[in-house]
Amino acid sequence: MSIYEIIGSVLSLIGASFLFLGGLGIYRMPDVYNRLQAGTKATTLGAMSLILGVGVIKMEDSWTWIVKAIIIIVFIAISNPISSHALSRAMYHRKNFPFIKSKDKNMDAYREVFEEMEKKKEDKK
Amino acid sequence: MKSLTLNEKLTRFTINWFFLMIVWVAFTTSFAAQELIVGGIATMLISFFTIPLFTCCTLKLLAPKQLFYMSYYLIIFVRELIKSNVDVARRVITPSLPINPGIVKFKSELPTDFAKMVLANSITLTPGTLSIDIIDDTFYIHWIDVKTTDPEEAFTEIAETFEKILLKIFK
Amino acid sequence: MIYIFYITLLLLTLGMIFSIIRFVKGPTAGDRTVALDTMTTLMVAGLFVLGAIFDRFIYVDVALIYGVLGFIGVIVIARYLEGAL
Repeated sequence: MSIYEIIGSVLSLIGASFLFLGGLGIYRMPDVYNRLQAGTKATTLGAMSLILGVGVIKMEDSWTWIVKAIIIIVFIAISNPISSHALSRAMYHRKNFPFIKSKDKNMDAYREVFEEMEKKKEDKK
Repeated sequence: MKSLTLNEKLTRFTINWFFLMIVWVAFTTSFAAQELIVGGIATMLISFFTIPLFTCCTLKLLAPKQLFYMSYYLIIFVRELIKSNVDVARRVITPSLPINPGIVKFKSELPTDFAKMVLANSITLTPGTLSIDIIDDTFYIHWIDVKTTDPEEAFTEIAETFEKILLKIFK
Repeated sequence: MIYIFYITLLLLTLGMIFSIIRFVKGPTAGDRTVALDTMTTLMVAGLFVLGAIFDRFIYVDVALIYGVLGFIGVIVIARYLEGAL
């Protein structure tokens, strides 16, 4: 085994376990925001690490794999947070309020702004 | 939208062309002559028609000081990303699911929309936080384990390390 | 060497099964979209590994386009759910 294969295998195994934990997190978390947290973070690092690992393993044969791997990594790092942000905002605007354990009112700071926005919409109609 | 001078237009055109050409070579992964010619023509047309659209980046971003802070930002970002993944993994595996979610807000003083976007995306990938909305200067953040609801304490807890470096890059 | 790829594919499949359960169960449309987003990322990584196993470079291009289309799809669904489309 060459040094590329050892580094690449370690990276891909770490990445695959994070991807698995991302899927498990989606299943276990109680509401859509927490699911987004688990889904976005774990799958981002998991996919980045796994793809980089495969690129490093293939680096012995040709340099094209690692270049494409870096393109996909950059794309995933940019696109994943954007889609999770769009989704979380859409869910809040559908009045799907987050699950909150304690009864403290300050825990949902977005609520008042959202209600003001709803009022403005009603006034316009 | 304000109109651009010829000089600004030329700078933007050249920067767009240069970066699109790099992306083209990375996509095709070959240096054959016909690929380079087709890529050159296509990227030139694209960068010509998108001059008014790409307005955030100027050559100022490639000054040595900015480049240094960008690489520093990248290192900090990767460190936080790994930390956040270990954190989420720990929460997912623990059978009792130790979470205490809530939404907090804080104010940031970043100057441009682009900088705010970079900060929001970085916050989404750091431990336990997910940006929900930005209204003017106020960020609304979903926090998986709320430690404080005070805006200033939340700012130091979540965003201070990133904002310090971003202010230096985008000043 | 090839066993490493098999183990990664096994882990990916397990993660995929959990997200499919969420996709079927999910009480709201948002939950289903989250599961879809995760499945897209898992599938991009899986296609990359499959390309390495079969030694076909074209799989990597397929993975890239799959990722782009999945991202656009999630954004469109989110805009639709928000009522802005």
